[in-house]
Amino acid sequence: MKKGLMVLLVLLSILLIPGIAFAEGATPESNAIAINTVWVLVAAFLVFFMQAGFAMVETGFTRAKSAGNILMKNLMDFSIGSVVFWLFGFGIMFGVSYLGLFGTTGFAVSDAFEHLGLDIPIWAFLIFQTVFAATAATIVSGAMAERTKFIAYLIYSVVIIALIYPVVGHWIWGGGWLTERGMVDFAGSTVVHSVGGWAALIGAFLIGPRIGKYTKEGKANAIPGHSITLGALGVFILWFGWFGFNPGSTLSGTSPDIALIAVNTNLAAACGAIAAMVLTWMKYKKPDVSLSLNGALAGLVAITAGCASVSPLGAAAIGLLAGLLVVLSVEFFDKVLHIDDPVGAISVHGVCGAFGTAMVGLLALDGGLFYGGGASLLVTQLIGIVAVFAWTAIISLVLFGAIKYTIGLRVSTEEENVGLDMSEHGMEAYPGFQLKSHNG
Amino acid sequence: MKKLECVIRPAKFEELKEALGKSGVKGMTVTNVIGCGLQQGKTEVYRGNTYIVNLLPKVKIEIVIPNDSVDKIIDIIVETARTGEIGDGKIFVYDMINAVRIRTGESGESAV
Repeated sequence: MKKGLMVLLVLLSILLIPGIAFAEGATPESNAIAINTVWVLVAAFLVFFMQAGFAMVETGFTRAKSAGNILMKNLMDFSIGSVVFWLFGFGIMFGVSYLGLFGTTGFAVSDAFEHLGLDIPIWAFLIFQTVFAATAATIVSGAMAERTKFIAYLIYSVVIIALIYPVVGHWIWGGGWLTERGMVDFAGSTVVHSVGGWAALIGAFLIGPRIGKYTKEGKANAIPGHSITLGALGVFILWFGWFGFNPGSTLSGTSPDIALIAVNTNLAAACGAIAAMVLTWMKYKKPDVSLSLNGALAGLVAITAGCASVSPLGAAAIGLLAGLLVVLSVEFFDKVLHIDDPVGAISVHGVCGAFGTAMVGLLALDGGLFYGGGASLLVTQLIGIVAVFAWTAIISLVLFGAIKYTIGLRVSTEEENVGLDMSEHGMEAYPGFQLKSHNG
Repeated sequence: MKKLECVIRPAKFEELKEALGKSGVKGMTVTNVIGCGLQQGKTEVYRGNTYIVNLLPKVKIEIVIPNDSVDKIIDIIVETARTGEIGDGKIFVYDMINAVRIRTGESGESAV
């Protein structure tokens, strides 16, 4: 017994040796770097999980017969995006700048990106940026759901991650001309959400509405989603992931700001949901579940630009206004412009992204118009919003136009009626259920 | 009275419902069904295994109409639901002995 105890004590002491060795190397500075690295990685993992959120929202708000297809599009825009961004997009976004327009170095992460002055490993920064890029890409699948050719969507995924998104990212985050102007888009209301939203607008416009969405007389028909349950799960997952999206963008776990940013994020989402609920209750006599869910997302998108610049009251206001705006915008695109957007992606991400970015010009504690900062920040924000819209819309027009007039953007009428699960993938996400076919 | 049981393509349902409403058919019972007729099956692959899909989704509409409307209504259904491709569906005509409106208890053609 005594001998056994002695052996145990000796073994335990041996185990302590590596610990002692590490402890000798740690300094406050290296600990700070470690904390920052862990924080950025945890935030990146949260933002990754938003892919599940988008997948659930998009499948929940669309019909069962194309559920597997939209999930496949979501799986692939992330997978393709990860590879393309690593090989190409990251260099365009963060490489050494050419005239403030795009990066030119570091493709396939072939150098250390010293000019960025990061204190975290480049790989942590890469994965963090990758999940942001993938967020922008996945926005479009919802607006173009139920009728887009799978191969067309794969091609689009490559182009948005290789070109459209990283150029915008370079302008605003990568040391480009909008960074120089002092544009504030902390976590990407414009860089991520508006880019996705405007690409969605062009895509949905060029591909046309789903069969049966609009009558010959121009009346809009409702095409209800097959699972608001999944849609709601998706929104909660997105809300959760946004706690990585916004606070993570400090790139620093030692920064005390991360706490305030988290509060701002939450308040904006909450007020967005409440505002959308109240407005739909007044407009439609009953509070609308799916639009209230969109309202939470609208608040989240809108606060993304200013989460580190505004007060909690400002965040609440931004969220509230975004919640109202998204309801009106969804109706506008649907009933006035006749652009069929099954999930409201254009309104949530494009419109509210631009709105949130502009609001920073008004409500930033340091430089906002309402805090005596004058109009210069607001003007910069507006210039950025317009420039990004122009770039995204034009390249998307060329991209989707090229696809449309070569391999085709849209599936055939027969394929659309049968459902994309069967037509594109030879399977059903819901086998054994009766497939419901509304309209058309 | 006659009962018409119509099996049609799901894509044609909304149009047909509207057309029937316009010609005075006030009520109907609608079910999602799967079925086959002359349509051949398709072969698909799931996780490496082939399977044959030969039951396809259709919509069944059941309506009860007065005897003198039968020909007119059948014409409307055929014209609206036809695409010319295999799989357009069928209409089955039954004799209806009686019908009763539960709310009022009336029966016969006035119950339809």
